[in-house]
Amino acid sequence: MARMKFLCDAERCIECNSCVTACKNANEVPWGVNRRRVVTLNDGMPGEKSISVACMHCSDAPCAAVCPVDCFYTTDDGIVLHDKDLCIGCGYCSYACPFGAPQYPQQEAFGVRGKMDKCTFCAGGPEADNSPAEFEKYGANRIAQGKLPACAEMCSTKALLAGDGDMISAVYRERVLNRSGRPQTWGWDRAYGSSI
Amino acid sequence: MAETRSRMTGRRRRSMLWSFAAILALAVLAPFGGYVYVGLQEAQAQEEQTVNPRSEYWREVRRGAEGYTSVANPEGGVLINGEGNNWRQLRNGVVATYTPWLLAVALGGIALMWLFKGAHKPEEPDSGRMVQRWSLWSRVLHWVVATLFIVMAFTGTSLLFGRAVLIPWLGHEGFAAYAAYAISMHNYIGPFFSVGILLMILTWIRDNLPRAADLQWLKRGGGLLGGKQPPSGKFNAGEKLWFWFIAIFGTIACVTGLVLDFPNLVQSRETMQMANLVHGITTMLWISFFLGHVYMGTVGTEGALSGMISGNVSENWARHHHALWYEEVKDQEAPVRKVPTSPQRT
Repeated sequence: MARMKFLCDAERCIECNSCVTACKNANEVPWGVNRRRVVTLNDGMPGEKSISVACMHCSDAPCAAVCPVDCFYTTDDGIVLHDKDLCIGCGYCSYACPFGAPQYPQQEAFGVRGKMDKCTFCAGGPEADNSPAEFEKYGANRIAQGKLPACAEMCSTKALLAGDGDMISAVYRERVLNRSGRPQTWGWDRAYGSSI
Repeated sequence: MAETRSRMTGRRRRSMLWSFAAILALAVLAPFGGYVYVGLQEAQAQEEQTVNPRSEYWREVRRGAEGYTSVANPEGGVLINGEGNNWRQLRNGVVATYTPWLLAVALGGIALMWLFKGAHKPEEPDSGRMVQRWSLWSRVLHWVVATLFIVMAFTGTSLLFGRAVLIPWLGHEGFAAYAAYAISMHNYIGPFFSVGILLMILTWIRDNLPRAADLQWLKRGGGLLGGKQPPSGKFNAGEKLWFWFIAIFGTIACVTGLVLDFPNLVQSRETMQMANLVHGITTMLWISFFLGHVYMGTVGTEGALSGMISGNVSENWARHHHALWYEEVKDQEAPVRKVPTSPQRT
């Protein structure tokens, strides 16, 4: 069974933010929410590195563990999704998430921020695949169409890899061997554990 | 000759002593050689680390180093927020697992009190004369805050324990529908409740300042450890403990609650994680203490509840429970209740 993962090759990412744009376009995410973002370390200095980050679809997801209404679930592909019909907007998932993935579209008084929004690996949500209701709440379901997430497909340098963990790690391993350096698989151990 | 020999033996003895000392010193020092070895290894390892600066770089990221991002999310530049998982372990582990035991201890204590002590009431017959104990302001404040407290306690515990307790019962949809209301009520009522607590503290702080009599009261367990109830002012030491618990832990609970109530202000996720843990522990302590207060104020002490409703208590109730306070107020004009030559109190 495929286990979907993201992998950002920090040696290739050039901080063009096209993954962010592709995500916003494909999913029509709410105003003020960015399901994906690019972070640049040591910006403007020698050794500057950029990494595209979104939900890493963790094996043992902290967001799911702390949710008071238990609205998170993991699909057969290992994608972590949530049910916006159950979400009460408490914000606990955003405290727990190591990668800052869950966000709130509305900013009203007293922290009532509507339903949490997060990266879905372009796999929609619990509604019927590619139904208008699913698109309205969760965005595109490209996985059901046999496509990969829009961010990875759009990546101009193929830095951002998405897909079955074995396949993308094989691609990455080959790259590392060819450029003869040390692998710096960003976030991998954190999200999936070193054994997977 | 004898002199030479004695000199010889002296030298020999000295060399022997020195040898022993040397062996002893080496025996003591030799095991420490391991530290030297490890220290050297560590120094070498550190040298190796400085060779590859990039490993340091990723380690910093793992520790939560912030970078630049063009996305304007709060804390968007942080790649890994490691505290989130600690918070998850503490909230789901310590707070959600152990704080229910506080309630169990409180309920157990109440059951024991009820079994062994029963309702506490004055032995003397009721004279029918009443004294005012609670002003209208005190009573209104008390009951408003009490109502809000119960709403806050129910909604708050629902959010903490609902997943374990209520979801199996109500189902995911049913509980989520309730939880959506519960969180709104908790968030909106919280600030009003906090104002109520502040007013309570201001209203009753003067009568709750510690007095010498409190020590006597505490030493005799408020009369629990046998003998008559020790005299006390308007509030006995037990009530003062409840007051100061609220003044300290209640205030902490309110402040942490307000931190969590406005998550879009300046505070970071880390602050809110801490606030959530402190809020959970202090409020569960508060609810446990509250259960005791409810018991003492209703069935535990006869006449206390009617005092908080009407504002007046009978003269002998005051003399029995708050002798020092009774001395202060006995001459005040008080409503005289007719009748009570209650036969059951003889």
